[in-house]
Amino acid sequence: VLPDSIDATIAGLGKHHYIAERALGTALFLALRLERPLFLEGEPGTGKTEIAKTVATWLNRPLIRLQCYEGLDLAAAAYEWNYARQMIEIRLAERDQNVSREALSAELFSERFLIPRALLQAIDPRQPVPPVLLIDELDRADEPFEAFLLEVLSDFQLTIPEYGTVKSVRPPIVFITSNRTREIHDAVKRRCLYHWVSYPDAERELAILFARAPGIDRVLAAQVVEFVQRLRTLDLFKLPGIAETIEWTRALVELNAVVLDPETVNNTLGVLLKYQDDIAKIQGSEAARLLSEMRDAVRTG
Amino acid sequence: MMVKDEPAAPAHLAENVMHFARVLRGAGIPLGSDRVLLALRALSLGGLEHRSDFKATLAACMIDRPEQIAMFEQAFYVFWRDPDLMGRIMAMMLPRVQGNIGRPPPPENRRLAAALFGTTPGKQGEEEPPEEIEVDATLTFSQNEVLRKADFETMSSEEWAMAKRMINRLVVHMALQRTRRFRAAKRGSLLDWTATMKAGARSGDFAPLRFRRSRFRLAPLVVLADISGSMSKYSRMLLHFTHALAMSNVKVTSFVFGTRLTPISRQLRQRDPDLAVAAVVRQVEDWSGGTRITTCLHAFNRDWSRRVLGQNAVLLLISDGLEHGEVEELEFEMDRLSRSCKRLIWLNPLLRFDGFEPRARGIKAILPYVDEFLPAHNLYSLEQLGRVLGGALGG
Repeated sequence: VLPDSIDATIAGLGKHHYIAERALGTALFLALRLERPLFLEGEPGTGKTEIAKTVATWLNRPLIRLQCYEGLDLAAAAYEWNYARQMIEIRLAERDQNVSREALSAELFSERFLIPRALLQAIDPRQPVPPVLLIDELDRADEPFEAFLLEVLSDFQLTIPEYGTVKSVRPPIVFITSNRTREIHDAVKRRCLYHWVSYPDAERELAILFARAPGIDRVLAAQVVEFVQRLRTLDLFKLPGIAETIEWTRALVELNAVVLDPETVNNTLGVLLKYQDDIAKIQGSEAARLLSEMRDAVRTG
Repeated sequence: MMVKDEPAAPAHLAENVMHFARVLRGAGIPLGSDRVLLALRALSLGGLEHRSDFKATLAACMIDRPEQIAMFEQAFYVFWRDPDLMGRIMAMMLPRVQGNIGRPPPPENRRLAAALFGTTPGKQGEEEPPEEIEVDATLTFSQNEVLRKADFETMSSEEWAMAKRMINRLVVHMALQRTRRFRAAKRGSLLDWTATMKAGARSGDFAPLRFRRSRFRLAPLVVLADISGSMSKYSRMLLHFTHALAMSNVKVTSFVFGTRLTPISRQLRQRDPDLAVAAVVRQVEDWSGGTRITTCLHAFNRDWSRRVLGQNAVLLLISDGLEHGEVEELEFEMDRLSRSCKRLIWLNPLLRFDGFEPRARGIKAILPYVDEFLPAHNLYSLEQLGRVLGGALGG
């Protein structure tokens, strides 16, 4: 059952440990109700993929995931004919003199020989419930692939030249994510609702930490969030996302850290920052400076 | 609150949303009427309870890239606050435009104002004497950043024809790179199963095998052109060159930099070279001023390299390399730059002087990270580029 308000949407996500900002809740609510794909762009590690997984769990729908890569084509994304079986069928028909060419031709391109891939599965009218379709990191696919998507995204149907048109009865819930390593064509975006997923503010990041790393000490969680938030104001090549914050927190819990001290930070920085230049910049004096700034801020209140 | 006087009257709301869309369109956010209809449908479902929900609803329906967010926010703030009192808003916006005169106002402001009021408030540069502002005191080479608009003559038709001929030649030279897509072929090592089976089904027997082979494409080019004072003689020619490249069938992303980095691909999409260059001139605020190569390369590395240097892109750096600041940081940025692209080609107009030896520290800092070093003082010398690209892009 789809949510009937923005609040219900945010609450539903929250129940499954996804703390969404209100604008994202609004966009998701509209996408669900308007039956439009939701196009999510944002820095890596801000929870774009996670929201699709959460919605699938929450609404109890199967999740079909299409990971994009350069050279992704129709055969890997939508459907493929089972050539081996087709060939056997031809061999059998050769022996049986009664089979006409037309009948064979029609038979060869029937459903029996069709291998459905993610896109076709998602719009299969025989699905008991419409699934959640996640088209992940569309920017990794090359431009020709976007054109394949247009028919699926706007009409939730797919035309197979040899077979006919497959159309969904109830449209799937579609999420498209992009890390912006290139610009996605307007034709794709036009069919979607758009939301830019930004880094969360301190309050929401803390709520996310409590939801995703349960059992973490409150003082440590607050320090982690404060540190990461300060880190994001610095001029780094790759800022840490929420995924990194959660990972880091788990690492700290594993190490039985109670408070953040310079040594712990230095030793675990690799969980948070993924570029050597960035690590070299923060490690040592800069980390110590951030920590002492945090202490001063607490003292002055 | 959202719509003045009649908060929920649908007719008024629809009208206002339409006007708002028109404002956004005027401010440079391309917005079809389908998006307006979508927004109205969305509003019938919800989003009228809070101002922020209303904004989020319109945003989800009306924008499609992060650059538009700032513009949208401003337009929303101005429009839905008080759609009638344009005069007051104008008064409200003007000081903001001029208050920021040190850093030139973000173009959004002026585009938005133009969209709302039909005129551009605070025309700067031409009537007023150039504003002088202080820049970072550590940059000793240039204490004043002078914001000047370049005065470009139009390109002669002869020059234009020449540039086009040259680009065409250049494109022919450019080697292709293999993609992971295929096309039908007479023979080859890759079997095209779909075509073979289709043919087989038609004949009812084993038809001859069908083959396919890889498609090839030109590697994308990224152009970073220096337009600082020392390069001003070449700026016009280089812009035309970049425009001609953008008009060819190579995928080109272009930037210019002096004291700051400006993306100009959108402006260069205009077909007419003179209009395109004029559009760039309007966009760029730091013509013929100082150079801050390091800062601009840093901005490029941080904000753009991951977005435009994918797919084995080739980078053309057009600059004289006369950086007067600290060269260690320049080396750091060059190192990063050279590692993010497939190939880095440096076009330097200084190279035309015979016996030119790279003595300037900036040039020395850049050189080790460059794959190819070429002169670029006139269109003819750019011809060499074709040969280099031909060799460079293979494989």
